[in-house]
Amino acid sequence: MGKTLFDKVWDSHVIEKIKDGPDVLFIDKHFIHEVTSPVAFVGLKNRNLKVMYPQKTYATADHNTPTINQHLPIKDRLSAIQVKTLEKNCNEHGINFWGLGHKKNGIVHVIGPENGITQPGLTIVCGDSHTSTHGAFGAIAFGIGTSEVEMVLACQTIMQQKPMKMKINVEGKLSANVTPKDVAIYIISKLSSSGATGYFVEYAGSVFKDMSMEGRMTVCNLSIEMGARGGMIAPDEKTYNYIEGREYAPKDAEWMKAVNYWTTLMTDKDAIFDKEYNFKAENIEPMITYGTNPGMAIPISKSIPKANKSESKLSYKKALDYMEFSEGDKMIGKKIDYVFLGSCTNGRIEDFRTFASVIKGRKKSNTVDAWLVPGSHKVLKSIKDEGILDILIESGFKLREPGCSACLAMNDDKIPKGKYAVSTTNRNFEGRQGPGARTLLASPLVAAVTAITGEITDPRDII
Amino acid sequence: MAYDKFKILKSTAVPLNIDNVDTDQIIPARFLKATERKRFGDNLFRDWRYSSDNSLIKSFPLNNKKYNGKILVAGKNFGCGSSREHAVWAIYDYGFRAVVSSFFADIFKNNCLNIGVLPVQITESFLSEVFIEIDRNSRNMFEINLKNQEFKITSSSIKERFKISTYKKSNMSNGFDDIDYLINKKDQISAFANKLKY
Repeated sequence: MGKTLFDKVWDSHVIEKIKDGPDVLFIDKHFIHEVTSPVAFVGLKNRNLKVMYPQKTYATADHNTPTINQHLPIKDRLSAIQVKTLEKNCNEHGINFWGLGHKKNGIVHVIGPENGITQPGLTIVCGDSHTSTHGAFGAIAFGIGTSEVEMVLACQTIMQQKPMKMKINVEGKLSANVTPKDVAIYIISKLSSSGATGYFVEYAGSVFKDMSMEGRMTVCNLSIEMGARGGMIAPDEKTYNYIEGREYAPKDAEWMKAVNYWTTLMTDKDAIFDKEYNFKAENIEPMITYGTNPGMAIPISKSIPKANKSESKLSYKKALDYMEFSEGDKMIGKKIDYVFLGSCTNGRIEDFRTFASVIKGRKKSNTVDAWLVPGSHKVLKSIKDEGILDILIESGFKLREPGCSACLAMNDDKIPKGKYAVSTTNRNFEGRQGPGARTLLASPLVAAVTAITGEITDPRDII
Repeated sequence: MAYDKFKILKSTAVPLNIDNVDTDQIIPARFLKATERKRFGDNLFRDWRYSSDNSLIKSFPLNNKKYNGKILVAGKNFGCGSSREHAVWAIYDYGFRAVVSSFFADIFKNNCLNIGVLPVQITESFLSEVFIEIDRNSRNMFEINLKNQEFKITSSSIKERFKISTYKKSNMSNGFDDIDYLINKKDQISAFANKLKY
């Protein structure tokens, strides 16, 4: 029987299979950040262990960092200590550290790909569930807990049961103004926020073949929001072109060798998946969420549905009460207080280009506060170099400095209680963007048109 | 980190009959700033336990004096969202040793097994019975027997088996974790690393 892309990468990293237990899986690349790593280092210290392969781990400060005045000391005492602790731990163990102000600093899932660390066929982990992003390159990438961060630091391995395999096929051509974010949210709305739990997803079909690497990253990033451990897309010419020449990419003879290997990374014709879904591109519209998990999403032109049978009525009501929405409400025209562009889901240069293309020549609504946060310093530099910053300023927007920011609101960037935010992020959980904040997930296009009008707007109506 | 050995747990239970409880509810991101594993239990379900003025929300089960115990019983898809192990630390630190649900999110379940909180997955119909049982009398006892992989409503002796791998079961009952296993494999790991393609 043939192997899937996932099988090929997973099986080639198994050091040992434990009977009625997990596989011991070798990890090629490990990313760490200030929030989920400190306790792992405490664990190493308590056990008197060293980092086994410090050069295979890369550290950035992103989750808990300010997005204005990064050149000044961090004001919040606990945040400052946490970032300092990361630096100290990295220095002590000889780990690459890209802290605040470093030109390679940024959100962990943005900097991996843009520096060429993320490559096909690798196993990549990080103490962050959106590690699935790196799957866009044909890598097996997923989020882990802090105990596992400690395992990777100590032994470059983790112990995991091999997940089941799911294929999600989307064929056809996307309509105008339908973005990769809409494709991902559409799939989650069909499968629910737990529909892929226990599975590792491969995205296949013409829609993903036609998609840019940035778009593929957005899709793979959101795999966790339907419960999947991760998602991946077979590497192709687009993948190689993206990686070639980046700092950590293989060079010369090594490059040829790598590409030769990467071309073998595709699912065999006779491989079998445990579950398959097929969707048509033509059925996908610009999407928006209305509830408190990413599965509670509808096409932007539609009204909030009635609770279905599989959704417990109590939980559904709780979600709508939190949002102060009612069954049957139309989404279009709802007043919005905040717009957030950024995060590991949609904080890459392509997202800023999209946003800028819409707002160019238009003005930001006076009733909207807009927070625009680049995913990394490299993205920030491109925004300036490409003239996007001028367009933003001309239209009344300001740009912040890179970081996770209001996606999880660990720093000062918190949406106030009761306010509505259209966000290009990944989670609309209660209080995710600040205690009492109400999040509506959407694409950078929807975010842009909403920032102009001050209310939920269908991009097809003004573009 | 070593943890208490898990054998048989007999306890009353705290009900949380809500589906899709995500780790941002279990512990909001703003309480993840510590650099040591201490006092996370204080902020377990912070925004469901306390109002924005820090007053107790009396209707929330953890604030209801009639509910207590070492078992948390929750709706399906418990622990979805962020990979933060802090969520499980908060649950453990608060005093729970087991979480019972009809469905767990993947990373959360792994995190539980890595630090000694037993995730007990039962059928949806049995879960409804458990909620009814707690509702009928909050002093009703439940028993989790790890060796036999059984979860039992003590008053009626109705029980259901739950799954756990032999490996994880042995870890839980001995208080071992994966690093205890892996540090003895370092030669094998470095031999493997040397053979990798690039």
